[in-house]
Parts: sequence; C-alpha cells; structure tokens
Amino acid sequence: MEILVALMLGVLTTCGVYLVLRPRTFSVVLGLTMLSHAVNLFLFSMGRLHSNAPAVIGAAEQHADPLPQALVLTAIVISFAMTAFVVALALRSALELRNDHVDGVDKEEEPI
Amino acid sequence: MHLMILPILIPLFAGAVLIFLHSLDMRPQRAVSLLSILGQLLVALLLMQQALSGDYFFYQLGNWQPPFGIVLVLDQLSALMLLLLAGLALLSTLYACVGDDRKGAHFHALIQFQLLGLNGAVLTGDLFNLFVFFEILLIASYALLLHGGGRERSRAGLRYVIMNLVGSAFFLIALGVLYGVTGTLNMADMALKVQQLPAADRPLIHAAGALLLVVFGIKGALLPLLFWLPRAYAAAAAPVAALFAVMTKIGIYAMIRVFYLVFGGDDGIHLSLWQWLWPLALATMVIGAIGALGARSLRGLTAWMVIVSVGTLMAAIAEASIPALAAALLYLVHSTLLTAAFFLLADVIQRYRPGPRDYFVTGPKLRHPVLLGALFFTAAVAFAGLPPLSGFISKVWLLSSVTSFWGYAVFWPILLLASLVIIVALSRAGSALLWRQNKLEPLQAKAPASATSLVICLLGLSVLFSVLAQPLMTFATSTATQILTTERYLSAIPLGGGL
Repeated sequence: MEILVALMLGVLTTCGVYLVLRPRTFSVVLGLTMLSHAVNLFLFSMGRLHSNAPAVIGAAEQHADPLPQALVLTAIVISFAMTAFVVALALRSALELRNDHVDGVDKEEEPI
Repeated sequence: MHLMILPILIPLFAGAVLIFLHSLDMRPQRAVSLLSILGQLLVALLLMQQALSGDYFFYQLGNWQPPFGIVLVLDQLSALMLLLLAGLALLSTLYACVGDDRKGAHFHALIQFQLLGLNGAVLTGDLFNLFVFFEILLIASYALLLHGGGRERSRAGLRYVIMNLVGSAFFLIALGVLYGVTGTLNMADMALKVQQLPAADRPLIHAAGALLLVVFGIKGALLPLLFWLPRAYAAAAAPVAALFAVMTKIGIYAMIRVFYLVFGGDDGIHLSLWQWLWPLALATMVIGAIGALGARSLRGLTAWMVIVSVGTLMAAIAEASIPALAAALLYLVHSTLLTAAFFLLADVIQRYRPGPRDYFVTGPKLRHPVLLGALFFTAAVAFAGLPPLSGFISKVWLLSSVTSFWGYAVFWPILLLASLVIIVALSRAGSALLWRQNKLEPLQAKAPASATSLVICLLGLSVLFSVLAQPLMTFATSTATQILTTERYLSAIPLGGGL
C-alpha cells in the first residue's frame, strides 16, 4: 500500500506542477486542483497508513491517528473554496482582458 | 481574562453583521466597521499593557490543554503586531470612507475578515491554526485586491491568487512533514520534540523548514518569489494597498516566530535556513532598488520600496542577534507606516492631477503645490533615512547592530547603496510630480481635506516615532530578548503529557 500511495502522490504532484507552469488559466486551475489533491493525500498519509483501523481509541486493537483526518477535512474545504474562487476569477479576467494567458507581455498593460 | 480572544471575535462578528448591512446605506456600515476597529485598537492597547510585563500569556481555546487544543499566545511581539495592525487598519479604513468603499460591494466586511485573519495569525501558538488564519487573511485579500474592479486588478489579482495557492499547498506539505515526524502541531511542543529527534529524522525537518521558508518568502516577497507584488500593490485601491503594506510584514512575523521558536534549538536548524535567507534578502534589496529606479508611477515606486524594506528586514533577521532583531522590529514598524503613507499620498496626488495621475510626467500647475510638496518631502526624508525622522534612527540602529565581518563587507554597502538609490528615485519622483510644470491651464481638482489629513496623521506617527525613539528602542530590545530566549516560552506554556 505504501508504494501505491507514494506512486499516486508522485504522479499527482508531477502533473500538478507541470500544469501549474502552463501558460493558460484552464490548465493552471487543473494543476492547482491536482496539487491540492496530492497535498490532501499526503497529509492523510502522515498519520501512517493502516487498514481496518478506526480513528477511535479502544474501538479496535489498532487505531488510526484521527488528527490528520481532521486536518485533511479543513484542507479540503479550503482548497474547494479556493478552486471555485480561482475559476470565477479566471473567467472574469478572461472576459475583461480578452485572453486567458496567465503571464506574458500584454501591449495594453499599464506601466507602473 | 478573555481579553486575548477579542481581537479575533470582534472582527468576526463585525464582519458577519456587515454582510447583512450590505443593502443599507454606507453610513451604518462605516459606523460598524470603524467601531469594530476602534474596539480592536483598545483591546490591542490593553493587551500591550499586559504584555509589557515581559511574561507570556496563554489562552486555551475551549479549555483544551495544549498540545491537544489550540492555544493563543501573547507576548510583546504579538502585542506589537496587534497594535500596528489596528492602528494601520483604522487609518486606511478612515481613508476608504472618503469614497473608495463605495466602488465595490462588501468593502467593510472584507476589511473585517482581513483583520480577523491578521490578528489570528499573530496570536496563535499552533502551526496548523497559523495556516488557517493565513488562508482567512489571503481569501479576504484576494477580494480586497479586486475591490473596484478593472482590467489591471483582474490581471494582477489572478497572478496573486495563483501564486498564493501554490504557496498554501507548500505550507500544507511542510505541516504534513512536521506532523509526521514530531506528532504535534503546537509550536512549543514541536520545538521540544524537534530537539529530541533522532539524527535520521533531521533531514526531514530541514526540508520542512526550507519549505516554510519558501511559503513565508512568498508572503513576505523574498527575491525569486516577489514578482507578483509590484503590480498587485500598484493595482489595488489606495486604502487596500495601505493595509497590504502590513501583509508582507506578516510573512516576516511568521519567519521570526516559527523559525526562532520551532527550529531555534541548540543544534541550530534555523542557522542553516538563515544561510539561504541572508543572501536572498540582500539580493531582494538590490532588485528592489533597481525596480524603484525603473518605476514610472508613485504607486509603482512605493511597491518597490516595500520590497527594499522587506529585504532589509530579512537580512537583519538572518543576523540572529538581539540588537539586529531589535533594530529590525523598529524598522518594521517604521517601514510599514511610511509605505502606507506613500500609497495614500499617491492616491491624493492622483486626485489632484486627474490627467497625468501619479505618473512621473510633467503636468500643469497643481492647486496646492506647497502642501503636497511638504507632505511628499517629509515622507521622502523619513523613508529614505535622512535625519531627523524615523528612517534615520532605525537605519542607523540597524547598521550599528550588524557587526560581523560579512555585515561590514556586504550588508553595509548594500543597505547604504539601496538607500542612496531610493533617494535618487524619490527626488526624481518629487521633481516630476511637484516641481516641474508645463504651461497649460492650472488644474483645479483637489482631494478632500479628510484624505489629505489622514496622510498627515500617518506622517505625524513617523515624527512621533522619532520623538519617542528612546522608549521604543528599549521596548524593541526587550522584545528581541524575549524572542531569542525561547527557553522561557517553553517552560511557561502549560503542556500536558502525551498519550
């Protein structure tokens, strides 16, 4: 199981980092989502991996660490809300700027 | 007794009430918002009085004993930050009441949520809680940055949001590693656990520390991670930019708090992090000075001045000595107030010059050239570090506190050269904005007197800072001593036993 989780984490993070570095907002948003999935999975696995172990002391012989599960819940809520926000923002800036590039030179950009 | 939770509760409830007041007139919204900030200022003053005794105060949320529950910690550093936040928030919200708060929805509610995150971040003693408060203040800041709308804000906002979302992912990875290795999230408990770790786990702690350096580097605008800042700060509405002047300082606060406490044990994990921080901070000063020379508007110049001040602060923190840290704290307060004053002044000048705005081009004669010139001159003298105002005092103290060979060989020349470049950039700005005039019809536009008087207030604080330099230096020294003697923190916190 450890190898499987580690591979999943690696693949998710790699794809996430690659997509975040892409120039258009759609792939960047996808990349951010993948990164946050990888982070959630990573946080979860930091409580060590068990199978068939409830996160309650005394309910079974072996118990899982409940704290990372609580942390992951918080992190999921935050990343979900932020994904929604960044999608809305990306749409708005694509409409206002008439292109969906995250970076790059724009001739209409005001100098500062 | 419950005073410590008030800086979090007051903005929380005020923000919630303000959402419901949204459909009403601006007046009740402004009243609630300002009342809440005045309340926070009062609480911050009371907490400062409490913290001045030099003790640590702990507030156990839900009466759960640390490390199981979340604990709020009050010491002189957090009291100082609370006071700075409340004072700056009061002035920038008052400035927004001149008219900027009408330009978009929910301005005052967002300010309150921003303050909730900022106050929480400086009070908490729990690392995951620090992440949550960072997220609260970031989410509020995303919306505040976009306040008023427009193309430049959307463009800058998108970059700012993406940059910080990646930063949040890094923050969580670092927290995951730290929790996986130490099994705790309470900063004090983690500090104790880190000191007892077997040698095999040390590289993981180093990696987590380096990740945290990246995260706080993004918030605080350290060299390779600072390019989101100039456009974002220049695009934000003036009162928002003035409040954002303190946001980079929150990244620096987090560095001081987390690195000295958690990684500050005898084996000196923080020293290996400072080896990265010190050269990067110096490079940040250099790039900030170059950017300031290339700026084309007063807002842009101020944004680059924020970067120079951040670089100076981080270099002083990396010195890791009591005098350097004390001088850095004084410089932190001074640079925050002054950059906020410059952002507001840039807005006042824009109101006086409707055509050329605050761009460094020659324009027609202004309506009140002497008043604006005096304000600009005072602010420039204070920021650039010329006597007799606050910049001079804090920079001299900063220079005299750095006594190592590399300090003399590298830090001194870079800081002095950066100051010189800032003086050149500011004189160029002043002469283009206020000195040179073309022959066109004089401009009749003017800013409301209330807006101008708030800039005078901020500059007055800088004068006050110079008058009270001696007690402030004593306070900064005792704060720095408190930060660096972590044993007292670790023995004061009522930690329960592990399972």
